[in-house]
Amino acid sequence: MVDVGTIAVYRRLIGARVRSDFGFRASFAFRLVSACVITGLDFAVIAVVFTKIGRLGGWRFSEVAYLYGACGVAFSVAETWIGGVDYLAVRIKQGTFDRVLVRPMSALGQLATEEFALRRIGKLFQAGAVLVAALVAIPVQWTTGRILMVPVTIAAGAVIYGAVWVATAAISFWTVDANELGNALTYGGNYLTQYPITIYSAWLRRLLAFVVPMAFVGYFPSLYVLGRTAPSERFGLPSVVMFSSPVVAAAACAVASAIWRVGLRRYRSTGS
Amino acid sequence: MRLYAEVARRAFRRFSTYRAATLAGAFTNTVFGFIQAYVMVAVFRVRHDVGGLHRVDALTFVFLTQAMIMCVGLFSAGGDVAERVKTGEIVVDLYRPVDFQGYWLAVDLGRAGFNVVARGLPPLLAGALVFDLRLPGPFEWAAFLASLAVATVASFGWRFLVALVTFWVVDDRGPAQLSTAVVMFFSGFIIPLNFFPDPLRWACRALPFVTMVQLPIEVFLGKHHGLDLARVLAYQLLWAAVLLAAGRAVLPRATRQVEALGG
Repeated sequence: MVDVGTIAVYRRLIGARVRSDFGFRASFAFRLVSACVITGLDFAVIAVVFTKIGRLGGWRFSEVAYLYGACGVAFSVAETWIGGVDYLAVRIKQGTFDRVLVRPMSALGQLATEEFALRRIGKLFQAGAVLVAALVAIPVQWTTGRILMVPVTIAAGAVIYGAVWVATAAISFWTVDANELGNALTYGGNYLTQYPITIYSAWLRRLLAFVVPMAFVGYFPSLYVLGRTAPSERFGLPSVVMFSSPVVAAAACAVASAIWRVGLRRYRSTGS
Repeated sequence: MRLYAEVARRAFRRFSTYRAATLAGAFTNTVFGFIQAYVMVAVFRVRHDVGGLHRVDALTFVFLTQAMIMCVGLFSAGGDVAERVKTGEIVVDLYRPVDFQGYWLAVDLGRAGFNVVARGLPPLLAGALVFDLRLPGPFEWAAFLASLAVATVASFGWRFLVALVTFWVVDDRGPAQLSTAVVMFFSGFIIPLNFFPDPLRWACRALPFVTMVQLPIEVFLGKHHGLDLARVLAYQLLWAAVLLAAGRAVLPRATRQVEALGG
């Protein structure tokens, strides 16, 4: 149950994290800047590639930049709010997860707020800047539908990324050593979505469209925003997939929370 | 010398105990290798050659970078040394009757020795199964392994310098991240230097980072022969020596910052 009292607790916890980050101002600033630089490297690769070719998988530079920006903003929102669940493995190993469980608050909520990291918004700035520049540069006729689709893409994308994050972090309930498998799906997933999925081979495209729904984060809704050919012509999928991201996001949440709950019920502490 | 060999052997064994983590890491490297490979496939659908690289070279390149990450230690700036400075355990290390830098180099080589196979072969093999890669003959393999060993030492020399920053600022994460970004960009890790415009490309060749990724891969791809190959290896050795020497020069100043508290 989410009531006013719970929200107040979350706000206090996040506030405490933010204050502790600000406590070491120079160190925080340094990390924010270096986070910007390091996440900007992915975009540098795209920019360098486009100095050698005019189109990648049929997409212009500005279009790939839009895809990158929208996915990047969505990812950084998910990373800031839910990325803390990555620490589940560490907490289980140290035995401190038990402490989380005895508190009268959702375990997931505690993990997310305890590791809430404001410095992660470095990526938000960087991807946001790319997104704004791309929105100006893409050659489309802006309609109300297209304009509205941009925030919808980002919101649904953030939820899908978040769901994948929770689902993969829950692997730690079964094994604490394979934490990095999750990284392949979260960070790897973000990396994948930066490019039009037409460049991938058929099996990978199918995986992204139907199993890990990464194609709904960026590619499908972007087809609509950018006014590109409907997916029916390439994938045999109905045009409605361009507008399905919110529905897919809701479904992804349901699956992720089911996995999380099964894992949580299975958890037996370390015994140490 | 026997002591350092023993230290390296122990480090090798320490890292070899985390089987599941190693497997998961190798899987992640492979996934990233595949994504980059598809980007390269798309690029070489429109281009025949980029700065002397052909499709097969570029595909081999991206899987090799993923295979080399853990061996060369591209992401582990700071690492153990920085951690021990933060916890204060560094005092114990400084008291040990061994050469401080030599001890950590031995640890790093043990770590690299494990990772060269455990984290290196899976992405490369997976890549070779799906794509047409350029796999070299026995001589190039030998030359590549020599080049990779020097690359690891050079990378250690750089990471050691970054770790020493911790003696002045307690939070090493900012410097470590920035170092990782610089190394990733200028070494050829995120994209082959062949993609850069000429002036930037030549500038990169003058920096130490080229010796950590780009040069070993060029050796693997058989881009250097005879005297040219010797020159590449000598250039790598030069940078490794310079970086190690810089670390030795800074170390005494760094340790002067140490204050040990009793109790």
